[in-house]
Amino acid sequence: MAASRALIRRSQRYGKQKHEIGDTLLGRWFRVYIPVLIFIFITLFPFYWMAITSIKSDSELLDHTRNPMFVIQPTLQHYQALFTRTNFLHWTLNTAIVAVVSTSLSLFCSILAGYSLARLRYRGANAIGWGVFITYLVPPTLLFLPLALVINQLHLTNNLWSLILTYPTFLIPFCTWLLMGYFRGIPRELEEAALVDGATRLQAMVRIAIPLALPGILSAGMFAFTLSWNEFLYSLIFMSDTAMKTIPVGVTSELIRGDEFFWGQLMAAALLGSIPVALLYSFFVDYFVAGMTAGAVKG
Amino acid sequence: MGTAISTWRSKGLLGPRIRILEHEAPLGYLLLAPMLLLLVTFLAYPFLFGIWLSVTNAQIGDNGHFVGLGNYVFERGDTVFLQSFANTMYYTVVTTIAKLSLGLVMALLLNQVFPAQRFVRAALLLPFIIPSVLSTLAWRWMFDPTFSVVNWVSVHYLHLPAVNWLGTTNTALASMMVVNTWRGIPFFGISFLAGLQTIPVELYEAARVDGATRLQQFRTITLPMLRPILAVVLLLSTILTFGDFTLPYVLTNCAPYNSTCVLSTWAFQIGVNGGYIGIGAAISLVLFPLLTVIVAGVLIGLRSEN
Repeated sequence: MAASRALIRRSQRYGKQKHEIGDTLLGRWFRVYIPVLIFIFITLFPFYWMAITSIKSDSELLDHTRNPMFVIQPTLQHYQALFTRTNFLHWTLNTAIVAVVSTSLSLFCSILAGYSLARLRYRGANAIGWGVFITYLVPPTLLFLPLALVINQLHLTNNLWSLILTYPTFLIPFCTWLLMGYFRGIPRELEEAALVDGATRLQAMVRIAIPLALPGILSAGMFAFTLSWNEFLYSLIFMSDTAMKTIPVGVTSELIRGDEFFWGQLMAAALLGSIPVALLYSFFVDYFVAGMTAGAVKG
Repeated sequence: MGTAISTWRSKGLLGPRIRILEHEAPLGYLLLAPMLLLLVTFLAYPFLFGIWLSVTNAQIGDNGHFVGLGNYVFERGDTVFLQSFANTMYYTVVTTIAKLSLGLVMALLLNQVFPAQRFVRAALLLPFIIPSVLSTLAWRWMFDPTFSVVNWVSVHYLHLPAVNWLGTTNTALASMMVVNTWRGIPFFGISFLAGLQTIPVELYEAARVDGATRLQQFRTITLPMLRPILAVVLLLSTILTFGDFTLPYVLTNCAPYNSTCVLSTWAFQIGVNGGYIGIGAAISLVLFPLLTVIVAGVLIGLRSEN
């Protein structure tokens, strides 16, 4: 919370422009309120569309004479079908397991590496730091074919471990880079005082640096969780068994059969699959924003 | 506690194990080990393996043998590849410009004072948080030519002819760009907002005293102060858009007739669906030199500013 309070205080001191003299109410409507409303409408309309579609009956969905914006007889049949006739619960469980474990693994690696790169002096630290930044810039699109063969050689196809071990390749570089910034921001003196008192380096790290970097760790964790929850390409390639799929892959491969789209179920699944990240996000918006902008602001 | 430890130490109770960790280098490398293990196994090794694959005629179930630059030469004569290449560039350039300008507008708006500000900021970020597969599916349904909302509005309210949005090449590409822009604006917007909030308000006050108009303030204060952030955001967004697979795959999956492929989806078609792993690896590696140029360009741009 300290981070968010600092953020609010900062935004009060800087940036925020007060109402200007001669600024009329009408002027503000045209300059601020109406554009904001347009942005809100464009941003939120697809979510309204998901929700309204998911509670329409099939006959209403395929009736092109009526206005599609509203629903006349809402029904929960698509949600029911999703839970009884597809593996949606399995997919949710798989997605959750993979997201939690790969996030924890990435955080563990990134906290250690971030501390090491930001705080300890040894040969090659600088080069490795830049190396991490460069891997941050390698998109999964570049790796998926060889990686599929590697996973195959390790006999991990259709195994959740294939995702748990590969997601960190795009999570660790981001988290490490973010945490390096946080560790650098903690005054060296605090740890040096502990060292003088006889603590070891490791103790200084665990008892002092890591607790102080907690807001950064939370930001990195939120981001990593969201990225793993949303991942599509690796999961599409490594998971072919219907019970092993994650939500994004299960939805696209099982609710679209050939040319037939089950729009009601698709939109119900889209809504349900978005809720966990949306909830998490709504509780921790400030950490999320801090994580998102850390790279940009620190440059 | 401090004295306790130093007495243990003088009695030799804290042995060499801890003293080794007191040297920064061994501890430093030790802490890096878990990260390096994962990144080498699942990032560096596959990357090098991919380069090797791209010069072989490997197929699924067949390791293939060395064919030199044969795959690259072959792809130069492949019309779908050439179209995918053009589409990738077009997709990246158009959406980046759109996201940049609309993101700037969003940031300037969010920097104003208005009611329910926190709610608005949170709501505007949503497209960036939600799994892109799921939101892209919603857009795909919105673009449905007969039963959905985009055509309903254009036919019934605007009295325009119905358009088969995802059925023709140009409208399908345009649709991809619209969805990508919708999803990407918040990233630009929130990053720019963070930048705007670091500009001291005194600068604007001084400018106002000197009689500068709002446009002049924007040109001479806001834009220059945002430039460093602009470079980083631009870099990240370009890379993400350039290698984007999810959105093109879910929205059009190359249809109609492989005309809306981008490099990533074409590599997938050839490598995974077709089984020609060597050629697929070559196609996705074409991204790499281009990415390197972009990254180098932005980094050099950043250096010269500092």
